[in-house]
Amino acid sequence: MDTRHPQSLPDGSPLVRFADVTKSYGDLTVLDKLNLDIAQNEMVSIIGPSGSGKTTVLRVLMTLETINDGVIYVDGEPLTHMPSGAGLEVASESYLRQRRSKIGMVFQQFNLFPHMTALQNCIEAPMQVLGLSRDEAEERALDLLQMVGMDSKKDQHPTRLSGGQQQRVAIARALAMRPQVMLLDEVTSALDPEVIGEVLNVIRSLNSEHNLTMIMVTHQMGFAREISDRVCFFYEGKIAEQGSPEKLFEDPQNERTKQFLHAVLDAN
Amino acid sequence: MALRSCLIPFLQQLGDDVSYWGFFVEYAPKMASGAMTTAMVMGCSALLAAVISLIFGLMRLSQNWGVQAAATVYIEFFRGTSLLVQLYWIYYVLPLMGLTLSPFMSGVLALGLNFGAYGAEIVRGGVQSVPRGQWEAALALNMSPAQRMRRIIVPQTFTLILPPMANLTVELLKATALVALITVVDLMFVAKQINATTWLSAQVFGTALIIYYIMARFALIPFLRWLEVLAARKVGKA
Ligand SMILES: Nc1ncnc2c1ncn2[C@@H]1O[C@H](COP(=O)(O)OP(=O)(O)O)[C@@H](O)[C@H]1O
Ligand SMILES: [Mg+2]
Repeated sequence: MDTRHPQSLPDGSPLVRFADVTKSYGDLTVLDKLNLDIAQNEMVSIIGPSGSGKTTVLRVLMTLETINDGVIYVDGEPLTHMPSGAGLEVASESYLRQRRSKIGMVFQQFNLFPHMTALQNCIEAPMQVLGLSRDEAEERALDLLQMVGMDSKKDQHPTRLSGGQQQRVAIARALAMRPQVMLLDEVTSALDPEVIGEVLNVIRSLNSEHNLTMIMVTHQMGFAREISDRVCFFYEGKIAEQGSPEKLFEDPQNERTKQFLHAVLDAN
Repeated sequence: MALRSCLIPFLQQLGDDVSYWGFFVEYAPKMASGAMTTAMVMGCSALLAAVISLIFGLMRLSQNWGVQAAATVYIEFFRGTSLLVQLYWIYYVLPLMGLTLSPFMSGVLALGLNFGAYGAEIVRGGVQSVPRGQWEAALALNMSPAQRMRRIIVPQTFTLILPPMANLTVELLKATALVALITVVDLMFVAKQINATTWLSAQVFGTALIIYYIMARFALIPFLRWLEVLAARKVGKA
């Protein structure tokens, strides 16, 4: 039992809180006492060099990985841990299943289910996990497929879709679970240049029209600057610098940030 | 060459003995009924083997140490010992322990247990070759471990495991001939019976070979191909 962290956060706390989160693989410390708050409706971009722990931040929040120390809170309650006596203990699978529903994730490699059509991909979890009827699930899925411009391809299997189309279906599939926080891990990195725009447009509309809280790992500096409320620069498992996009891109303070932005902008 | 030296005496005898058709007309019904029994043994043991493959293949992947060990012992034992001895053991030794099974049941059980052990390894390999991202996507949608396995992973393994499973099934058909040794009246048993009374070995066993071949080539293999096409269509690949 661990009593260093509270069993719940007071009202008015951020939607997501990483409190001294440490994640390591053997000797390699990937996240090093990370503290990060994400407010309701906030759009946060994470940038940084390869291997700095960006993907790991999203994976531990999605509970795809366990953490070694610290606690992650979502919506005021712990996610990685559950109350035990006066403190916290590591969350059980059944506790995780209650809490995980607040989070949705879109992957770099789409990870659509190949044995299901676009529509089936979007109704599977709402029916199996949320217990919606087929009609309710289809209604919800069709709305979302329409929003991402994929309603005309609803009966296609993923192998028949382009990368951009698959990624849009993957976004609809995640949204169908009505998460409070959406995690986007380099969602355009596996795409051909000509289809990146269609995916970015969908993300833009999620942000502007649907006010979803989002954490986005990206290499698209222009896009991060355009849509983020805040940009975090990661370096060696820590936030080396964070701030508004204007501040971070135009007037970076940290040497590492400057070097990184130079390198990235030179490459373009 | 080997094929020719086998076939020549057979063909010669067919030539010498104009009564092959007489033989055929007389014994075809008996052999056909033996072939039906062979098909029954094959169908039942294939079904049993399929169920065992799935159960033990998944047990091999269990997080639970005991479950995994039980599956490993089972698979190692049945793959590591002779099918014929397993067959005799079930038919002759189990009754000594108070469990008497009919020859047919013993045959189906031995074949099902033995081929199920091979099938379990195919299932395990199939599940392991489903990309990690599929598990992760299902978990991110908050599906339970059982839902992930049943709805996402297992359906995707079908297209992967069907070709090796089809090979195994053809092997199973051929292996059914062993059940004649525990007095199941299958095609092989009937052939031996006819041979014992007529001594027309070339006709009897030649006909049996051809029937086994026809069962595999024109019934079983087309059926298995059809399953593969069906599975491929399910994932939008055909
Ligand atoms: N499953 C794992 N086992 C061992 N090391 C890992 C594993 N996953 C990630 N890492 C290591 O953790 C570090 C951070 O990875 P990641 O979060 O993917 O970085 P980024 O997304 O910023 O490129 C890298 O050095 C990577 O090699
Ligand atoms: Mg990454």
